[in-house]
Amino acid sequence: MNTDQYIDIFLDESREHLQAINDNLLELEKDPKNLSIVNDIFRSAHTLKGMSATMGFEDIAALTHKMENVLDQIRNEERSATTAIVDIIFASVEALEVVVSDISNGGDGKKDVTALVSAIEGIEKGQDAVDEQVTQDHTSNSFEFDDYQLEVISQAKGQGYLALSIMVKLRDDCILKGPRAYMVMEKLESLGEVIQTMPSVEEIEDGNFDQAFSVVFVTKVSEKDVQATIENVSEIELVSISEISNVNSVTTEEAIKIEEAPSSSSQSVPSEEKQSQKSKTIRVNLDRIDTLLNLFEEVVIDRSRLQDIANKLNNQDLVSVVENMSRVTLDMQELMLSMRMLPVEQVFNRFPRMIRGLARDLGKEITLKISGKETELDRIVIEEISDPLVHLIRNSVDHGIEIPGVREEVGKSPIGTVELRAYHSGNHVFIEIEDDGAGINREKVGRKAIEKGLLQEEQAKRMTDEEIYQFIFASGFSTADVVSDISGRGVGLDVVKNKIQSLGGSIIVQSEQGKGSKFSIELPLTLSILSALLVQVQRETYAIPLSSIVETVSLSKDDLMFVHGQSVMDFRGKVIPILSLSDIFQVPVESLGTNQNYNVVVVQKGDKLTGLLVDELIGKKEVVLKSLGNFIKDVFGISGATILGDGNVALIVDPNALIQD
Amino acid sequence: MENLLKVIVITLNNQRYGINVQQILSIEKMQEITRVPRTSEFIKGVINLRGETIPVIDLKERLQLETSEPTNQSRILVIQVDAVTVGLIVDSATDVLDIDTNEIERASEMAGIVNEKYIAGIAKRAEELLLLLNLQTILNFEETEEVIQLEKVEEE
Repeated sequence: MNTDQYIDIFLDESREHLQAINDNLLELEKDPKNLSIVNDIFRSAHTLKGMSATMGFEDIAALTHKMENVLDQIRNEERSATTAIVDIIFASVEALEVVVSDISNGGDGKKDVTALVSAIEGIEKGQDAVDEQVTQDHTSNSFEFDDYQLEVISQAKGQGYLALSIMVKLRDDCILKGPRAYMVMEKLESLGEVIQTMPSVEEIEDGNFDQAFSVVFVTKVSEKDVQATIENVSEIELVSISEISNVNSVTTEEAIKIEEAPSSSSQSVPSEEKQSQKSKTIRVNLDRIDTLLNLFEEVVIDRSRLQDIANKLNNQDLVSVVENMSRVTLDMQELMLSMRMLPVEQVFNRFPRMIRGLARDLGKEITLKISGKETELDRIVIEEISDPLVHLIRNSVDHGIEIPGVREEVGKSPIGTVELRAYHSGNHVFIEIEDDGAGINREKVGRKAIEKGLLQEEQAKRMTDEEIYQFIFASGFSTADVVSDISGRGVGLDVVKNKIQSLGGSIIVQSEQGKGSKFSIELPLTLSILSALLVQVQRETYAIPLSSIVETVSLSKDDLMFVHGQSVMDFRGKVIPILSLSDIFQVPVESLGTNQNYNVVVVQKGDKLTGLLVDELIGKKEVVLKSLGNFIKDVFGISGATILGDGNVALIVDPNALIQD
Repeated sequence: MENLLKVIVITLNNQRYGINVQQILSIEKMQEITRVPRTSEFIKGVINLRGETIPVIDLKERLQLETSEPTNQSRILVIQVDAVTVGLIVDSATDVLDIDTNEIERASEMAGIVNEKYIAGIAKRAEELLLLLNLQTILNFEETEEVIQLEKVEEE
């Protein structure tokens, strides 16, 4: 069997499981007594082991196997989750991540894990060594039958069938456990009926088990024949068969003693959970979603045509069918658009461990606060933004936050704080990294910039702090020399800036010496969905991003005032300017409003408010921002376009451009 | 035979023009165009082309010809030149022709109705002279941008 075609799935799932282990370890550290967390970690490690063995990555399998052993001991309360153990597991996870990324880069997934393996063995030692021999009696691992199965077994026995409990152990060097197990199952099914398996049939056929699995089997063939049949399959090490005798006993668990691998007891539980997870997510190529989306837009256009025809024909049946279709397609559209989006959580999740590790290495104490991780970004942006964020966070931890002693000297809490925030604002997504560390030294940055010939001494004096700070993004500008004396990792911030710019975003830094710094990344929503209020201006429809809207106000003609030729209104005791969208966008006037009331959409930028005068409010809608194309660039007050349900294009207003500073 | 150029024939104010078929992505019927404010006059706005928004230009206006309201013969010719996709409004798109490249003469030799910088060449055919449009200059970016910039300055 060629495993190449599964490699992507393997990589994706491995990353997920490593992330899960990672998250759970952090939880465990806070709550070392919580065995259900240990269980979760165990399951992830176990699945990883199964998958990697199937794919032939022996080093991953070896390491996860050892991890599993230790976790199993914790789970069985044979030892407690000490920091030493958590550390070694963290180290293992890191090593595994390296291997996985090596594989994804086309490597062979080989890594010397012996040091880690022996470290874990060291921990494991002194305890009842977990016997790797599968032939170990574990009564608690025996089958449990439900009523139906008991009934089947007892009926079968009544009709002269044999009820057998079979344990099959594959050879240790068997790589493709799944297919082997499948062959065994197939042979068995030709002889009789499989009543129950441990782990579940799916798990067995996926190879998700240790070297052994067990089957309850009813047959008319003798024990010996069954044994011989199974042994015909190659790479089988051992087949042990025992007859199930006392099925009528209520305590079947004790009645049926079979041989099981030590860890299999947990498998019946994860197998159920795994199945439910499987049914929840599937992996789809992004291109397919895009194609689907584009095809769908065509359906929408046809639907609106159909709507027109239905109205013309005035056939009530047709009209109601089309109406229903409209509703359904609208829901479909929103669903499809949301498929491209992922919460930024995916990226943020790796940071708690990273901070923990960095803080430990540097002898610092740091709390990481994360907010807005549900903020959605286009998948492509998510993938690209990860590295720049890692660099920035490293910077904050390494150069920003001081060591506890220094912090106390300057009157700060010894524990430093790094805050990671994500939020939508206007037509942008902002990601901010703020620390309460030493801040940036303007003098040093300025001096360095002059040294590098990037700046004249005269200029430097006139520049604002912010302008000076931007020099840390210049290429070849080592932050280590600038911000602190702690040696840097040689990661240039210019790389970060370039990456962000290539995504169409920008980055700025604010800082106050002694108080900390804040890096703000602004990413365009080019690929994002945003909530918008659709408004009508004469016969044109515009979308105003909801994130900029404070509220909508109905204004009577008398409430409109003029100050120096500028129309203004009173908004909660504040006088705010009013702009007419119709004037700004030079909308052709079809009819002069005879309305005595105006609709005003109050938008904000920072603490500045402005009222936008529109004719009608249509309603809220999730829209996808599309660019106007590279032929039309930078239209004043417009950030892009979106396609409405009827297939027409509406322009998206950029309130930030309209509000005067 | 290998020197044949396939062109789509369009009409603008009853004059026939040829456009290299390789530059044409599709020919669409007229549809609702969303006006984009504060852009050049000849940019009529944007349309929804199978889920993508593309700008639409009134070719007659761009070529400084007399303009008229679209009819049901009017078409939007979706063209792609140097990674730029644009729709061109034309009075009609009628035929596909094979033109012998040997029959094409340089535009400078002919005085035309249209500014010669927009003409790539003239195909002399038995019954007519077909003007071949030069889409590169028609979509000339720098010039277009200058126009937009100028307008912006005036407004601000």
